[in-house]
Amino acid sequence: MKINYFAWIKDKVGCEEEEITLPADVTNVGQLINWLSRRGPRYDDAFEFIEVIKVVVNQTYVMNDQPVKDDDEVIFIPPIAGG
Amino acid sequence: MQGQQKLKDGSVLIIGAGGLGSPLGMYLAAAGVGRLGLVDFDIVDVSDLQRQIAYGTSDIGRSKAQSMKETIQEINPHVDIELFETRFTRDNALEIAENFDVIIDGTDNFATRYLVNDVCVLLGKPNVYGAIFRFDGQVSVFDASRGPCYRCLFAEPPPPGVAPSCAEGGVLGILPGVIGVIQATEAVKLLLGQGKTLVGRLLLYQALSMSFRELKLQKNPDCPVCGENPTITKLIDYEEFCGILGEENGGSQTGYKEIDVTAVASLIDKEADFLLLDVREPVEWEICSLPNSVRIPKGEVRDRLEEIDITKDVIVYCRSGVRSGAIANFLCDAGFDRAQNMRGGIRAWANEIDPTMPVY
Repeated sequence: MKINYFAWIKDKVGCEEEEITLPADVTNVGQLINWLSRRGPRYDDAFEFIEVIKVVVNQTYVMNDQPVKDDDEVIFIPPIAGG
Repeated sequence: MQGQQKLKDGSVLIIGAGGLGSPLGMYLAAAGVGRLGLVDFDIVDVSDLQRQIAYGTSDIGRSKAQSMKETIQEINPHVDIELFETRFTRDNALEIAENFDVIIDGTDNFATRYLVNDVCVLLGKPNVYGAIFRFDGQVSVFDASRGPCYRCLFAEPPPPGVAPSCAEGGVLGILPGVIGVIQATEAVKLLLGQGKTLVGRLLLYQALSMSFRELKLQKNPDCPVCGENPTITKLIDYEEFCGILGEENGGSQTGYKEIDVTAVASLIDKEADFLLLDVREPVEWEICSLPNSVRIPKGEVRDRLEEIDITKDVIVYCRSGVRSGAIANFLCDAGFDRAQNMRGGIRAWANEIDPTMPVY
């Protein structure tokens, strides 16, 4: 699975893009976020305010119950306000 | 010629004359938009010049609105310019915005962004949205009459301090140029009534990988302002909505205490036993820092708590006091009851204690 982190999520996680192998028991967006959060303190910190972050799977906004597969592309987009 | 006449008859309100507002004002003037409104209460600071290209060194200390007006008049003296040298607030927003065809959000904080959105929904006007963070930008056109609004996309702002501002986190100076020019393009298309605008789409730009992505946005039927049963039917208190409680409203709501730079200076003079924690990034330490500080970037504090002596009074500082406020709050929650935030950060130190210190 290709994951892209946008703006301050990228800064917190420490990379803009990564490719992961989805564990068999991770089947929806909510489980994916839980699994990512457990990968280390940086991930845990990045997803602390998950309720304000938009999750996009294959260019479409989705909710936490959206199923995910290994060949999906996921983007995490937080609100930003700079101008 | 027909299109040029449409631009001449058109009017655009630019809210925020900063990094985004600079290219917006200059290009829209050059394009021949007949009437431009500029809203900004701020003055030009030297640190603005790396991205706010409407201004030069001779403008430092001057009103941004006035300086921008001169820049625009130099480009195109036929533009009718209206200046609003004030904050855009719930008290003046509707009155200012109602006389313009297109509204552009070039602001730098969440409270004003939600205000701009609600004003546009209530007045039925398109909101050309652009926002930037360090190397990344977002652009869209929110028009609730035919697509989603900003609240459909982001129903809630992040808690204060989570997403640093340009001044706090630093930003690639060219980034607002890229995003502002796209906003200007969308504004021109809206005035002309031509092309396919970004209504219902969010454009994401990442400068480090030099990639553009596009996402489809959906209108949220439960949106509190543009949904089927709206609960926001007039402007609200946006500072409160964004969790900001200014000092004039009774000070910080968070648990940590603040200390001013003169008090910190006197603790240093007395050689008091306390720990000074610098939570800025290494590139910032190279510019200036306070003596004997423990240096842990904000993002690493959580993992490096063992380096902070819990038995000592901890005073946290950063550039302006925003990042360090978040860390002081975090430390208090983590059991460092005596964590304090140095108000105004190292900028206040340079202003009040050590004028020889470089500022940035």
